[in-house]
Amino acid sequence: MGAQPGLGEANLLEVRGLTKIFGTLTACDHVDLTVRKGEIHALLGENGAGKSTLVKMLFGSLEPNAGEILWDGNPVRIPNPSAARRLGIGMVFQHFSLFDALTAAENIALSLQNDTPIATIAAKASALSHAYGLPLDPFALVGDLSVGERQRIEIIRCLLQTPQLIILDEPTSVLTPQEADKLFETLDRLRSEGKSILYISHRLEEVKRMCDAATVLRHGKVVGHCDPRQETAASLARMMVGNEVQAVVREPVSESERGPVLLEIRNLSRQPATPFSIPLRSINLRVRAGEVIGIAGVAGNGQGEFFEAVSGEVMQTDAASVRIRGKDAGRLSISGRRRMGAAFVPEERLGHGAAPRMRLSENLLLSRHATDGQAFVGSGGVVKAGAIDAAAQRIIQAMDVRKSARDPEASALSGGNLQKFIVGRELDRRPSVLVVNQPTWGVDAGAAAKIRQALIGLARAGSAVLVISQDLDELFEISDAIAVMHNGELSQPLPIAEATYEKIGLLMGGAEPGHALHATEPA
Amino acid sequence: MRIELVKRPQRSKLFAAISPFLAFLLTLLAGALLFAILGKDPILTLYTYFVEPLTEVWSLHELAIKAAPLILIAVGLSVCFLSNNWNIGAEGQFTIGAITGAIIPLYFPEWNSFAVLPLMLVMGALGGAAYAAIPAVLKARFNTNEILTSLMLVYVAQLFLDWLVRGPWRDPAAMSFPQAPAFPSWAILPELFPSSGRANWGIVFAVVAAVAVWFLLKKTLKGFEVRVIGQSPRAGRFGGFSTAKTIIFAFLLSGALAGLAGISEVSGAIGRLQPVISPGYGFAAIIVAFLGRLNPLGIIAAGLVLALSYLGGEAAQIAVGVTDKTVRAFQGMLLFFVLACDTLILYRIRFVRTAVSPAKEVSYGHG
Repeated sequence: MGAQPGLGEANLLEVRGLTKIFGTLTACDHVDLTVRKGEIHALLGENGAGKSTLVKMLFGSLEPNAGEILWDGNPVRIPNPSAARRLGIGMVFQHFSLFDALTAAENIALSLQNDTPIATIAAKASALSHAYGLPLDPFALVGDLSVGERQRIEIIRCLLQTPQLIILDEPTSVLTPQEADKLFETLDRLRSEGKSILYISHRLEEVKRMCDAATVLRHGKVVGHCDPRQETAASLARMMVGNEVQAVVREPVSESERGPVLLEIRNLSRQPATPFSIPLRSINLRVRAGEVIGIAGVAGNGQGEFFEAVSGEVMQTDAASVRIRGKDAGRLSISGRRRMGAAFVPEERLGHGAAPRMRLSENLLLSRHATDGQAFVGSGGVVKAGAIDAAAQRIIQAMDVRKSARDPEASALSGGNLQKFIVGRELDRRPSVLVVNQPTWGVDAGAAAKIRQALIGLARAGSAVLVISQDLDELFEISDAIAVMHNGELSQPLPIAEATYEKIGLLMGGAEPGHALHATEPA
Repeated sequence: MRIELVKRPQRSKLFAAISPFLAFLLTLLAGALLFAILGKDPILTLYTYFVEPLTEVWSLHELAIKAAPLILIAVGLSVCFLSNNWNIGAEGQFTIGAITGAIIPLYFPEWNSFAVLPLMLVMGALGGAAYAAIPAVLKARFNTNEILTSLMLVYVAQLFLDWLVRGPWRDPAAMSFPQAPAFPSWAILPELFPSSGRANWGIVFAVVAAVAVWFLLKKTLKGFEVRVIGQSPRAGRFGGFSTAKTIIFAFLLSGALAGLAGISEVSGAIGRLQPVISPGYGFAAIIVAFLGRLNPLGIIAAGLVLALSYLGGEAAQIAVGVTDKTVRAFQGMLLFFVLACDTLILYRIRFVRTAVSPAKEVSYGHG
């Protein structure tokens, strides 16, 4: 090709001074990046560092304001994704774009934009899946597949276009440790064939293990190119965040320090609300005062359904299936459960935990009007704007929420800052029970540490804290015991002293005998 | 070539504020063009339409008469629209309100008491609310599309009124005219300043309702609930608010206000039931609600503008000889431009070439 022959490590992709400006925000500021042939190149950075913007420009979804892209040594313009595909750039997105009601092969056919018969596509997909150790039944309905299997469809869909460069956006964030290992084997094989991989992640250990080179972004700028194998996880984190992230401190609690059971789930079952949601199968769990219990699990194993049932967004028929502070709460609404002392933080920040176009003070009222009726709502239902504003400012201070205006709309905040506010809004009440789903999803390291420390602090002050998370590192950092949710069923909590990544990982994959039985049951 | 709407990263505060005025200006320009094509003098016609009615005291009274039902209905609709309930059937709720409000004067014409008029108004409001409850319950219970159900019920209400005034409620003394007997004097909505014009208490009801609903929306927990459920239903449920209850509340409130507008119109400006009691107030109020940016105080101003278009239409018919259909055309253009301006504040238009020309592809491969 155009590059110097004879040189073993020719550059496949070279990016020079790539810049993208949105309004007043420079999302990518003169970014340089070089990916050689047969290299796995890590793109590291916190949320909002500009990784996604950079990748979207490489894949033709966004047009850069300045800078140039060299492909095989030749300058190119990539106006749209199909141009990227023609060049030989393929991408596997973090959020899959698959139709649940179609088969794997049909989903692949949809993206090919030609009239290749489904049978041909299925045959090709099968061949590829064998060649790369990605077992997949092309005729399986996507709705029936696990997240790991869905990701395989996306990868095979990408490989069918025989790309030279494959971009993977946070591929392991939805996988069990064992599934991730399988993915790494596939990536190794692709590398040995001379294909290049641009690997976006914030998991430093796997980057150190897999990648030949790394480019670190912070606030839209490249802060360093390095060989991750020469670095430590701490030094990589320092490059990403800019300073040492304060480690979360968790004092172990002794049996005597734990108080009464404040949150109890008894034989909680729930029929699936839609054909593609997960039924809950007689879940039992007790959370005592003073402790943090973590619930691990791969996304889509019933965590969302469980949260809705515990919070009271969906009520139960059996009043005793959810008990708060020793009283039945199963037939109470979310406001009723809040009045009993419980507080909730859902997974989605915008549109669930907060109304995007409402101000922070209004979003404070959203979850607190029932419990703080006296303080926030006067006679005749008139809202006390002054009291709410003061409380909102107090939370903003306590949680160090960074914002551009005194009382901005929720959507104007970055994900991490909004999450700090949403968690702070509940902590400010000093609830005796706190249930949190994905407390630090998409939150930068500094804010995540603050939120985690606050959760531990609440428990140690005598509350029961239940944390649902897909981030195993997080759960190991803050939990006193970890239970695993798989296929709508919850395992016994493992005390943190006995829990290992391997044990939890096996449970996440459904390895416990009890789980295996249910896994074969028709949904 | 493909046209795409791309979301703007930032909304311009200035343009958001002047958007209704911009829309009005564009409507005037388009109207001038329309009249020019029709062979009329555009300046004179626009003057007759939008300036002349404001120059006389009696026509200001007429303006208040036309604005009152528009404002009353639109204020209720703003609550519906803010809570994401598309009540298109205000015209029907207006009609049913007029019918239920007329029960007392028609069946007890001899009852002379101060209580008659307030009772009529209450019954009108209840009738409108009950009629709005039909699409509300259907939506809350069976998730039916309220746009269709509420709109279809308009025609049911209009035909019901038509049947009433031609059948059981026809005034025997009115020869063969299809109309109900005139309301007795205790059932007539009094005029505000009888010496200078016809304007009645309807405009007072409208302004009071607008201020009350403004307070409800901006200052109370109920108003907060309406806004949250409308903007972000899932967050609303997380906050402990019920979507179904909000649907019922919004429809009942807007139905009651439309019903009140209906009985006020019949007992005020018209004085009796007849086959047609509204020049489309219930539909024009949708335009008023959006022109007033779903803010009850803005709706007062918007209601006056739309009322002017009705008055001007009548004047222009006489003075310039344009058809009364131009009123509808004006209202349609106004709604079109209001929505267009609002859309372009949030989005910008991008033209996308569908195919990448071969010339572009040369840029790689031969570099």
